Amino acid sequence: MTETRAISLIVNGRPRGATVEMRTTLVDFLREQLRLTGTHVGCEQGACGACTVLVDGEPVRGCLLLAVQADGARVETVEGLAPDLEHLTPLQAEFVRHHGVQCGFCTGGILMSLTASLRDNPRPTEAEIRDTLAGHLCRCTGYQGMVDAVLALVAAGEPAR
Amino acid sequence: MTAPASRPAAARRPAGGYIGAPIPRREDARLLTGRGTFVDDLEMPGVAHAAMVRSPHAHARVRRIDTEAARALPGVLAIVTAEDIADIQKPWPARMPSPVPGTSVRHGVRHTLPVAKVRHAGEVVAVVVAESRALAEDARDLVEVEYEVLPVVATAAAALAPGASLVYEELGDNIAAHIIQRVGHPERAFASADHTLRETFRVMRGGSHSMEGRAVVARYDEALDSFTVWDATQAPHAIRAMLAYLFDLPEHRVRVIAPPDVGGGLGPKTSFYPEEALVCWLARRLRRPVKWIEDRLEHFMSAAQEREQVHTVEIAFTRDGALLALRDVFTHDVGMYGALIAPVITACTVPGPYRVPNIHSEFRAAYTNLPPTAAVRGAGRPQGVLVMERMMDRMAETLGLDPAEARFRNLIPADAFPYPVGMVFRDGAPLTYDSGDYPELLRRALEIADYPRARREQAELRAQGRHRGIGVAICVEGVGLGPFEGAILRLDSRGRVVVTSGAPPQGQGYQTAFAQIAADMVGVRFEDVDVVTGDTGAIPYGIGSFASRVTANAGPAIALAGGELRQKILAVAAHLLEAAAADLEIADGAVHVRGLPDRGVPLAQVARLGNGGVAFGMIMPGGLQVGLEASAYFAPSQAGYSASAHVCILDVDPDTGEVAIVRYVVGHDCGNVINPLIVEGQILGGVAHGLSNALYEEAFYDSEGQNLASSFLDYPLPSAREMPRIEMFHLTTPSPINPLGVKGAGEAGTLPVPAAVAGAVEDALRPFGVRVNRMPLNPARISDLMHRA
Amino acid sequence: MKPPRFSYHDPATVEEALGLLAAHGDAARVLAGGQSLMPMLNFRLARPGHVIDVNRVAALATVSPGPDSGLRIGALVRQRTLERSPLIRERCPMIGQAMPFVGHPQIRTRGTLGGSLAHADPAAELPAVMVALDARLTLRSARGRRTVAAEDFFVAALTTALAPDELLTEVALPPWPARTGSSVHEVAIRLGDFALGGVAAALTLDAQGRVAGARVVCFGVGPRPLRAAAAERSLVGGAPSAAALAEAGRLAGAAVDPSDDIHASGAYRKRLAGVLTTRALAASLASAAAHAA
Repeated sequence: MTETRAISLIVNGRPRGATVEMRTTLVDFLREQLRLTGTHVGCEQGACGACTVLVDGEPVRGCLLLAVQADGARVETVEGLAPDLEHLTPLQAEFVRHHGVQCGFCTGGILMSLTASLRDNPRPTEAEIRDTLAGHLCRCTGYQGMVDAVLALVAAGEPAR
Repeated sequence: MTAPASRPAAARRPAGGYIGAPIPRREDARLLTGRGTFVDDLEMPGVAHAAMVRSPHAHARVRRIDTEAARALPGVLAIVTAEDIADIQKPWPARMPSPVPGTSVRHGVRHTLPVAKVRHAGEVVAVVVAESRALAEDARDLVEVEYEVLPVVATAAAALAPGASLVYEELGDNIAAHIIQRVGHPERAFASADHTLRETFRVMRGGSHSMEGRAVVARYDEALDSFTVWDATQAPHAIRAMLAYLFDLPEHRVRVIAPPDVGGGLGPKTSFYPEEALVCWLARRLRRPVKWIEDRLEHFMSAAQEREQVHTVEIAFTRDGALLALRDVFTHDVGMYGALIAPVITACTVPGPYRVPNIHSEFRAAYTNLPPTAAVRGAGRPQGVLVMERMMDRMAETLGLDPAEARFRNLIPADAFPYPVGMVFRDGAPLTYDSGDYPELLRRALEIADYPRARREQAELRAQGRHRGIGVAICVEGVGLGPFEGAILRLDSRGRVVVTSGAPPQGQGYQTAFAQIAADMVGVRFEDVDVVTGDTGAIPYGIGSFASRVTANAGPAIALAGGELRQKILAVAAHLLEAAAADLEIADGAVHVRGLPDRGVPLAQVARLGNGGVAFGMIMPGGLQVGLEASAYFAPSQAGYSASAHVCILDVDPDTGEVAIVRYVVGHDCGNVINPLIVEGQILGGVAHGLSNALYEEAFYDSEGQNLASSFLDYPLPSAREMPRIEMFHLTTPSPINPLGVKGAGEAGTLPVPAAVAGAVEDALRPFGVRVNRMPLNPARISDLMHRA
Repeated sequence: MKPPRFSYHDPATVEEALGLLAAHGDAARVLAGGQSLMPMLNFRLARPGHVIDVNRVAALATVSPGPDSGLRIGALVRQRTLERSPLIRERCPMIGQAMPFVGHPQIRTRGTLGGSLAHADPAAELPAVMVALDARLTLRSARGRRTVAAEDFFVAALTTALAPDELLTEVALPPWPARTGSSVHEVAIRLGDFALGGVAAALTLDAQGRVAGARVVCFGVGPRPLRAAAAERSLVGGAPSAAALAEAGRLAGAAVDPSDDIHASGAYRKRLAGVLTTRALAASLASAAAHAA
């Protein structure tokens, strides 16, 4: 039984190589081996969305993909959005203004889904924003602050990415 | 990557001070950039991973545990059972006593690992530690446990039935408490009333489902014989007390830290759990940090839950719709372990905002073979609100009154405060409402909902065969419970004010709100204040974040200590500036003589002298006290009482039972508000939880105590698509019981939602004569109600 | 909650995959989009000795026009592609109608057509759509190749006609008839959840506006997608009047016998089958009439 495999992938624009156990999920690999802990694990069955990252530009559940399956892929995580705390992206800044974060555990995955969806559709309606968010569970906010953050971004006509 | 925008600018001091200003949270930037500090995110070199072996049976004797095969697996570090941890297998101390004089709580004795028998499916019977979580789970699968299955009691009714199997043999029955409170002469009132109504309501179990489950890492320092425990807890000082007790250590050798970021709590993270003791024991045994992260299945199986009650309620009223008496008798399912917080609060929540001159309130709380209970956001209150508001709707229907009018006829008037209900609240103090204006709260909620127009539209739609319903609910919420919370404020060597308080946040933004209070009270800039929370090594005493209590306890403590620190700063600065303290002011990081901005001294310099800095020689200048530090503990005399009024307008599809919420209006009064942005966020989250209880989530256990809905696929939480837009307003009646005039808001949003939704659904389906006596109202249940009606 | 150990294989060709299935048979699970298998691995509800990951088999991921303006869809085509592909939208609108009900966007980016069909959840949308569309499924093994009608593929809850060494490789859809409209209706506790009940329907009109063909498939109300044959028969040859659609709904509801579970009573699901049949047919009629116009 081959237990491990060497993989190489691009994570947040940076080439990374690692040896992973075959059964290790992408999110566990990102968190434990690359120490990118901004992506969280909430249910391990693809229902809560906390582990959502972008693989080749598309949002996927990090708990439902094996790390070996990301070999050769381009992966984006929440850590890749802003260079530091002082330079938030427009989306992140609107989350602050509209109180889109409370405990923040689910936030990384939510930002990645919204980021991907805004690339496809920079001018979403409220219903479309809620459709994107529907793949995520948050127990703190009631989602309204997040929805308002994206609506504000759209209204400001900021480059949505 | 896009050109980054800058973070929203630091808050400028608002004209009226920072308190009351909607200052964006300072927590957000790190959380939005993936730099949070949740337990599982902390770098912990050498950490080993624990997996719990849990009983599949709800009630069973543990005959034998065979760990041999599991031990043989490479990478396994330890497997322990109850025998191994004999040194900490002490009976857990009794929990909260009954606050009601003349009544008592009967405590079943629990141990860290079960002695002889397990009492719920999911109870830990052994622990595996290995080099990785996956390996620990591999080994867990190889642990063989032999059980002798015992008869199960899976509901309070089953537990209270004659001859029921006993959860704790030593108690002789399954009754955890039987508490009666009485006001006036209810029997007399019932006998002479124009009308009486009687109903039975059932509220189902539910969980917290914070997105982060429980999580704990422990490290043991052999040289110091001490533990450091990072714990996603709501109550680090209570965890410290339990660990110090179990390990027989002085409290200063157990440091419990709730990291700045805890991924939601919502009640269950207030409790102490076996896993916390086990991880510590294993860290000591292995001389390695040991981590346990609760996965979602474990959260379903073993984290505390709440809510399940069955109420039989009667009201007596006049033909004019004046309430005369209330009789509420209910059962509460405690599960295999739990404090009696929720049912006591339920009993006290039922009378609500109404004048009820005669009350008989009685409950029996029963141990069952279900997971333990604690408070879940709302903590007994939503059940009480549902019961009373459903009866108000029924009274209105009986008398042909509008539901809002029926309420107005009974609301406690604004000039009647303090208003004694005549019962004893969960804090042991009289249930006396401190302040409020319930008629105005309801009036404005109806005004914003455009209630008369909504009723007209409802009539028009009904004529077209469409089923719109309007639900109104109003409630009072005991909040800000003591006994106390403390704050230590100091001016550090950088000239920054550091606020330390015991209760840890789980998303409530204490780092922002506490800094607002401290900045105003000390008189420094918001950005010059740092906040430390949840660390028993940093402040000796604390209670925790639950019961919507922190702003009303820690807030005044910060304010009191802040005033004192300000005086100390000014005294030292007065010496440096050779001026009278009364002539000084603090601005822009310095103290200067009022009107003479050039004659000043930076706060950092004040700190160097005030904290005994060496630059000023060996002897403290005459009369100056060392230590720019002030601490205060604020202990409220009683709970405060917030209030909420909700209006829910919805449509029901009679063919499918689906509900579509058209409008949802929330009015809320929590006294003075420190940060409206944060308070609104708390309310919105609470409403979402309430809607989830009203329409979506429901725990199902079969008669063997097996959880039938133990994943997010079977236990649906609402997403952004299910949530309607919430329209919110605030009313402010400051609390007289603390110097900030604040109450509490963390749970408020949850309370009236099931009642408002139930009222609206029943209203929508009035032509069918549907009776809503059970939640949640999923499509199938609504449709079945119609077909039964 | 971490997956158990398994041997991982990621073949690059169908033949390689079939070789692995032949070798490991019962001890193997095919990993496609992973949206059903991965949770089962994480929960250790599935403990296969071998996981055969077909995601690198590019040949399975194509959508191409079939003969007679039908469609051929590879088993590995993502649900996101089913949702977005102009060719699928043009040639088989019913698939696109079902997609909003399937999970969430973040699930559909990975989830595949073949994975959904092979998993055969009785409350899933795509199996019902395939039955409604008379899809033919290609099953391949080292022993050879066979095609199975969708209606015969779904045997019971989570059980299909696939033998342990077989791989579902392709779905062939017949041409979309002229003057045909379709619709997918369902009720779930939340949109994206598995259905409490649902109906995939299609209605073909003749030149006179009478019903030339009808398809009604109910899902979530039995162990597998159920064709409401009596409802279909009742419509064909007649005028698609409101009364006829209501009668079809009645027949569809009468034909199913769902059981109670924690989320809904069987009686509710039965009513839902009827209500949603009538609604789906009404929507199909409107769309067919629009196509006919």
